[in-house]
Amino acid sequence: MTLAPLHLAGERLMLDPAGALVWPARRLLAVADLHLEKGSAAASRGALLPPWDTRETLDRLAALLRRHAPRTVVAVGDSFHDAAGASRLLAADAVRLAAMTAVADFVWVLGNHDPTPAQCVRGNFVLEWRAGPLVFRHQAAASAAGEISGHFHPKAAVPVQGTMVSRPCFVADARRVLLPALGTYTGGLDVRDPAIARLFPRGGRVFLLGRERLFSFPYAAR
Amino acid sequence: MAAVLPDPFAAWFARQGWTPRPHQLRVLAAAQAGRSVLLVAPTGGGKTLAGFLPTLIELHATPRAGLHTLYVSPLKALAADIARNLMRPVRELSLDITIATRTGDTAAAERRRQRAAPPNILLTTPESLAVLLTDPEAAARFAPLTAIVIDEVHALAGSKRGDQFSLCLARLAALAPAARRIGLSATVAHPAALAAYVSRDGAGGGVEPIKVSDGTPPDISMILPGDRLPWSGHMGLAAAPEILARIRSAGMTIVFVNTRAQAELLFQELWKLNDATLPIAIHHGSLEPEQRRRVEQAMAEGRLRAVVATSSLDLGIDWGGVDQVLQVGAPKGVSRLLQRVGRANHRMDEASRAVLVPANRFEVLECEAAILGVAAGELDGDPPRPGGLDVLAQHILGMACAGPFHPDALYEEVRRAAPYRALSRQDFDDVVAFVETGGYALAAYERWRKLFRDAEGRLHVRSDRIARQHRMNIGTIVEEPLLKVRYAGRGGGTLGEVEEYFVNMLTPGDTFMFAGRLLRFLGLRETVCEVADGGDGDPKVPAYAGGRMPLTTGLADRVRAMLHDAATWGAYPEPVQEWLALQKKRSRLPGRDDLLVETFPRGNRFYLVAYCFEGRNAHQTLGMLVTRRMERFGMVPLGFVATDYVLACWSAREPIGVARLFEQDMLGDDLEAWMAESSMLRRTFRNVAVIAGLIERHQPGAEKNRRQVTVNSDLIYDVLRRHQPDHILLRATHADAAGGLTDVGRIAGLLARVRGRVRHMALSRVSPLAVPVLLEIGRESVRGEEGDDLLLEEAELVAEAMGEGEPQGWLF
Repeated sequence: MTLAPLHLAGERLMLDPAGALVWPARRLLAVADLHLEKGSAAASRGALLPPWDTRETLDRLAALLRRHAPRTVVAVGDSFHDAAGASRLLAADAVRLAAMTAVADFVWVLGNHDPTPAQCVRGNFVLEWRAGPLVFRHQAAASAAGEISGHFHPKAAVPVQGTMVSRPCFVADARRVLLPALGTYTGGLDVRDPAIARLFPRGGRVFLLGRERLFSFPYAAR
Repeated sequence: MAAVLPDPFAAWFARQGWTPRPHQLRVLAAAQAGRSVLLVAPTGGGKTLAGFLPTLIELHATPRAGLHTLYVSPLKALAADIARNLMRPVRELSLDITIATRTGDTAAAERRRQRAAPPNILLTTPESLAVLLTDPEAAARFAPLTAIVIDEVHALAGSKRGDQFSLCLARLAALAPAARRIGLSATVAHPAALAAYVSRDGAGGGVEPIKVSDGTPPDISMILPGDRLPWSGHMGLAAAPEILARIRSAGMTIVFVNTRAQAELLFQELWKLNDATLPIAIHHGSLEPEQRRRVEQAMAEGRLRAVVATSSLDLGIDWGGVDQVLQVGAPKGVSRLLQRVGRANHRMDEASRAVLVPANRFEVLECEAAILGVAAGELDGDPPRPGGLDVLAQHILGMACAGPFHPDALYEEVRRAAPYRALSRQDFDDVVAFVETGGYALAAYERWRKLFRDAEGRLHVRSDRIARQHRMNIGTIVEEPLLKVRYAGRGGGTLGEVEEYFVNMLTPGDTFMFAGRLLRFLGLRETVCEVADGGDGDPKVPAYAGGRMPLTTGLADRVRAMLHDAATWGAYPEPVQEWLALQKKRSRLPGRDDLLVETFPRGNRFYLVAYCFEGRNAHQTLGMLVTRRMERFGMVPLGFVATDYVLACWSAREPIGVARLFEQDMLGDDLEAWMAESSMLRRTFRNVAVIAGLIERHQPGAEKNRRQVTVNSDLIYDVLRRHQPDHILLRATHADAAGGLTDVGRIAGLLARVRGRVRHMALSRVSPLAVPVLLEIGRESVRGEEGDDLLLEEAELVAEAMGEGEPQGWLF
């Protein structure tokens, strides 16, 4: 597993191919858009999707915690798919999540899907979170410096050999980083979509998630 | 015993100058005796009238209110046309008969009218019928049903739409047990299976087969491009001058091609040469329905000289004055060719004229094989496979919407549908469990179950909302994500739809061919691809997934036999004879029951060419498996390309011990591993998940972005595969993939046939027979691994070109 270094606001950060950002100096791990209990949310509307999405997402988070042993975990919003999500956790999943929040300090940035603090989940619930020169928020602000955010579930498609390879990705320029969504059932928004493109008027780079490493391409603003 | 037409009908026939045909009277006799019928007749045989005559006569004798006859056609347009045609005898004989059509296009007011006062004859499609049957009032509405006319049975049976319709037929048999059936079909390879499909017991019982002779055999010839016979390519553009000459020499021609891309290219090529500006149009499935309808109208009115068309014109009403049919590119199968040839309408005693235009040398052989196959009456087509479990899931929920049912009773009912005759109770129960709660090993959704059981064990749908939602999602056709193509600006006309992935590869300013025009891509606006006329540069042509039919087994066998038997070569054009003779001298010819594999060095690579003749799809799969194996043996495979006839792989090291690459055991673990990851299986799963209702296409109130469906199904597939690999939907996916799509069976057959008979020729240079496939390389090739490896190469290439070294970290 090869991490990609990235400098933002004078801080050295590392991008993990699993889709998380690491700030080694602070022993901090940032993840975005877990959308826990999206499966059961769909089920309540009549689409009975396979119910293991929360278990899978927690597997991913657990692997990241093992790999980086962070002191602080910042989840930048939409951690639960809806306000009642935490109450629908299966017992086994709730126990696992509790174990994780016991070994690291969790900062839960509130998102549009989970605008209120989840009951029975340990951690610090905030609207946004600042540390040194960096700010962690759910949705990128129009003007920003040293900003780390989620919300858009960015993905990029690269034409290769007559086909398109499409993957979730990080998007970065000198001022901000967009994190890919970590949740199992999260789809993606193409980085060429105006909603993302307008945040990067001078372009930047995208880092596509691979099995063992990231694949970096220039990201041209259109 | 033949029936006799009642006087007014006999008089009406006489006024038209018609005599009732024997098969029309036989159908009438069977119907009057309450028997079902499968009428197999070529196009233009008065089939449809045969189907309706008993109904008209019966309603003439005893007029009545309520539904009498249900007519179901796979084509919406056909239902409307037939309704128009039926009105004529009804009017001219002053019959007291009401007729209505019901399709997805029928307006709400008209639907309400039909509900209040059901017509005597209702013309509909399988999808609309399925919706009607979910209505709680369906039992009362269909109880008086006396006859069911099924048009183009051969096009329905064996498909998922056919599965759905067979289940609807089983339900109709429960609601109106006495209703007789009349199936109308073109000539097919498996008539017994069609009779079973039409029958009320699903086994062919009580169905009288009536076969009309095909009349005069068609007159099929072949023309070649004037100057030279191409080595490769499938478009057939080199023959455009000859094609145009043929068009000029006849009144009205249909120029059939194999893909939509080919239609666009050939259409352009013809118009470049069309100095006399003969009216030549284009017709394919991606064009706007309105535009297609205009072309069909112009054909019917005789205003066109030619139409370049894909399978979009294979079915449908007779176009009257079609004088000849051209097939450009390989015909791929005898049945398909006959269907197309039959489009050249004719009187029964006159041969229909068709001309084959092969696009390359191998296709010359294939065309010759097809002509021989037609002469021998050797129809191809697979025997019907068991019905899809995804379709069954949709049907079960639909039946619950109509009213509570007991699983035991519904199980007995669905097994009277031919595709589900062998359905096991276990599979049925698993599908019911899937409909109820998802059928997951983890019982997480008990509180959101869609069906609940009452004290008697009957299943009820939980809420009206679920029923409403279900009715919006009925149907078995799952489209690839498509984007509309529209002229930019206000009121810009829509030209049709292209697949999303094609648009993703365009950058603004690129040009492409579509709807017979040269278009400039301006940009993407939501789900619309905005274009303007004109532009320069090398235009792209949209390709469509699954657009190509693979060569059928029957034709492949013929081609193999022809190659082997030098005595037959005299029939081929001279360049082909020379080509084969040279192959015989330099290497050897593929045999009937062996597998010729050539290896030779070229450039700094080694090539391996296997002459399998099993069709492109099978070769794709085989290519994946062989390159995996080459990798294991340290041959460093670099890629492969598959055509309908051969598979070619290239590698960094010389392939030795070639026979072991084709051993039978490759169909074990390698296949499993590759299949699970393949995009083909993912696509299959998506269709299964949509049809089964796991993913909803439409939700009340909001049109869900179709783009999301793709994403979601892949994620669901991965989760399900990891946590419940034996889930009913994964089983349904594997059944689909193994049955119709991957041709794994053909590979298995090939490997078994050639065991111990792999003939390896180690050559010093490329053989004549290998040239066509080598020319395909670069045009389209598949790499051994998808995804990461490709990305790595691309990323490094870009970095190299941009002068970026391996960075220490991106400095922002």
